[in-house]
Amino acid sequence: MRIVVAMSGGVDSSVAAALLAGQGADVVGLSMQLYDQSGEQAFGSCCTLDDLHDARRVADAIGIPHYILNFEQQFQETVVSNFVREYVAGRTPLPCAHCNSELKFATLLDRARGLGAEQVATGHYARVDQAPDGRWLLKRSVDPAKDQSYFLFSLTQDQLARAVFPVGALSKVAVRAEATRLGLGVADKPDSQEICFVPDGDYASFVAAQAPAVARAGAIVDQRGDVLGSHGGVHRFTVGQRKGLGVSSSAPLYVLKIEAETGRITVGSRNALDETALTASRVNWVSIDAPPGWIRVAAQIRHRHRAATARVRSLGDGRAECVFDEPQSAITPGQAVVFYDDDVVIGGGWID
Amino acid sequence: MHRIYFDHNATTPVHPAVADAMSVSLKAEFGNPSSVHHFGQQAKAAVDRARSAVAELIGADPSEVVFTSGGTESDNFAIRGAAEACHRAGRRHLVASAIEHEAVLHTLKALAKLGSTTTTLLTVDETGIVSPDDLRAALRDDTALVSVMHANNEIGTIQPIADLATIAHEAGALFHVDAVQSAGKIPIDVKALGVDLLSISAHKFYGPKGVGALWIKRGLRMLPTSTGGKQERNRRAGTENLTGIVGMGVAAEIARGRMAVDSGRIDGLRDRLESGILQAVPRTTLNGARTPRVSNTTNISFDRVEAESLLIALDLEGIAVSTGSACSSGTLEPSHVLKAMGLPTHRTQNSIRFSLGSASTEADVDRTVAVLPGLVEKLRNLSRAPVRV
Repeated sequence: MRIVVAMSGGVDSSVAAALLAGQGADVVGLSMQLYDQSGEQAFGSCCTLDDLHDARRVADAIGIPHYILNFEQQFQETVVSNFVREYVAGRTPLPCAHCNSELKFATLLDRARGLGAEQVATGHYARVDQAPDGRWLLKRSVDPAKDQSYFLFSLTQDQLARAVFPVGALSKVAVRAEATRLGLGVADKPDSQEICFVPDGDYASFVAAQAPAVARAGAIVDQRGDVLGSHGGVHRFTVGQRKGLGVSSSAPLYVLKIEAETGRITVGSRNALDETALTASRVNWVSIDAPPGWIRVAAQIRHRHRAATARVRSLGDGRAECVFDEPQSAITPGQAVVFYDDDVVIGGGWID
Repeated sequence: MHRIYFDHNATTPVHPAVADAMSVSLKAEFGNPSSVHHFGQQAKAAVDRARSAVAELIGADPSEVVFTSGGTESDNFAIRGAAEACHRAGRRHLVASAIEHEAVLHTLKALAKLGSTTTTLLTVDETGIVSPDDLRAALRDDTALVSVMHANNEIGTIQPIADLATIAHEAGALFHVDAVQSAGKIPIDVKALGVDLLSISAHKFYGPKGVGALWIKRGLRMLPTSTGGKQERNRRAGTENLTGIVGMGVAAEIARGRMAVDSGRIDGLRDRLESGILQAVPRTTLNGARTPRVSNTTNISFDRVEAESLLIALDLEGIAVSTGSACSSGTLEPSHVLKAMGLPTHRTQNSIRFSLGSASTEADVDRTVAVLPGLVEKLRNLSRAPVRV
């Protein structure tokens, strides 16, 4: 059976490809070129020209065909434009999740099927399993420090049925050791940035370059509404942010709320960031159907958040309500909330 | 897997006799052609033999042939060298067709960026053939050089070079022809074409990569684009690529001898492939005029199929074709040639070039025609809206 491996040139997808090829699968390596590589406008830290060359080299080393697909337009239209739109709307986007569900397991999967492959493998640290009733399950990887199931919550049953994560059952240490053993030449490459197309981490400049109108001055106010200062645009802020506020205060101040329409940024003390409840939209239920009543879960609200005990219920219309047992700091609109039962993803949605 | 190679316009396999000659030369002739002693004389003689063979392929005098590193250098040398020489006479305008190879187009762009020249590009209609009237209209008092390719690399159409050269000369402009895709495929006679400069490349006619030639009409004033030693009659500095030049000479000799027979046979295979695909695969369109066209090339658009995917699907079946032009990473961009012909996006992004060669067989053609409908159908079934959540 033919299987496509999405190869970024990094160690994880390289080992994923090598493992599948080693099992005797008919493996085809595909790399996505996501940005203009002509030189002047090149940006990004993942899938740069060097990474594409690495992917090609690895494919050659393990003896599989490899092709580079030009996905610049699709990447811009789905992932980058959403990233910019979210910041303009005063939210904090999660582009990796969009890239997974709308590019890797959508456009790339379609391309793979056109080439006679029914599955797409990636280098994600997560596991796919099938329940006795045939339902596809998404699980955390065995390496909790590397787990990426949070970024995969929005995969549908159809997408999970076609997803293969060969390194999900390995630790990062084991993956690097495997790359060394196989002589893939990528064993010591550093882990990629969380947001590959803004390698310098300067999201504000990136957003302003794509949507200049966002750089509109606004007020920084305290919880009473008193103006403490001004700022150069809502895209410069994320909930929970402390640095770069440009206002002085005796106690440290944190961003509590971003209002895109008025341009108002509300700041306050760290305690004021604590909240117990959230609602989410475009919820994808993975291991169960939408639960009409409360169920117990562990809910994770950002990539580096330790999932906290909570109850959750469906509100219908793709929405859900989640109430934590203990207050959580900096629940951030635009990020995902993912519900777990131990290591099984129950579902997840986008925080309102 | 038996692999079928239908990408001869990208490059051709080296002819065994060429490889043999290169191997012998590489082992036996190491001298520097510029050296006075025996070893130098031996190497110099080898270069001269090759020069004569190349000159014969294009009906030129050996003294007019300058060896280069390939088609791209030849094009650069022709345009930059002539532009610079003409600049002193106040001629600062360059004309080319919009379907030229990047070696020409990007050189014009680079010169225009320097601010010393202006450029006019001649668009073509959907036949892919440059119109003499368009050239006439584009010429100016200060036109230095007109550059039009002999045969187009993507669609194979042959341009009316002799007519165009006459028109250019009437306006006092020089004429360069990029003959990289025609040399070895159709007879070339530089005198009959009436041009001033002509570029060729060895690896397009079963010679090695990294060697080509620029024919410079005797008496034409050209400034060298590289300076150093006095090689190639002071026109191209640098120690000669002896092995490559020897290979090019043998390839030129073989091409001249086999051209008539080969092109008739390949022409038949190409037509069989072309009509086979147009009949077997629904909603396919031939791009460019059927004639005049080099015998080995056909370019076909497959409606609602991304060419990128079809190329990969064919390669996984062991059939090598091409589409558009590859960019630095190896991904594909819509063909500038088809764009210049005014074709709509859906046709420029769905086009596949099949270019046959001397090793192509009827079995290769028939297998390709047999495999294509299934691959295309699979891709068409999937070109729907992607899975959404």
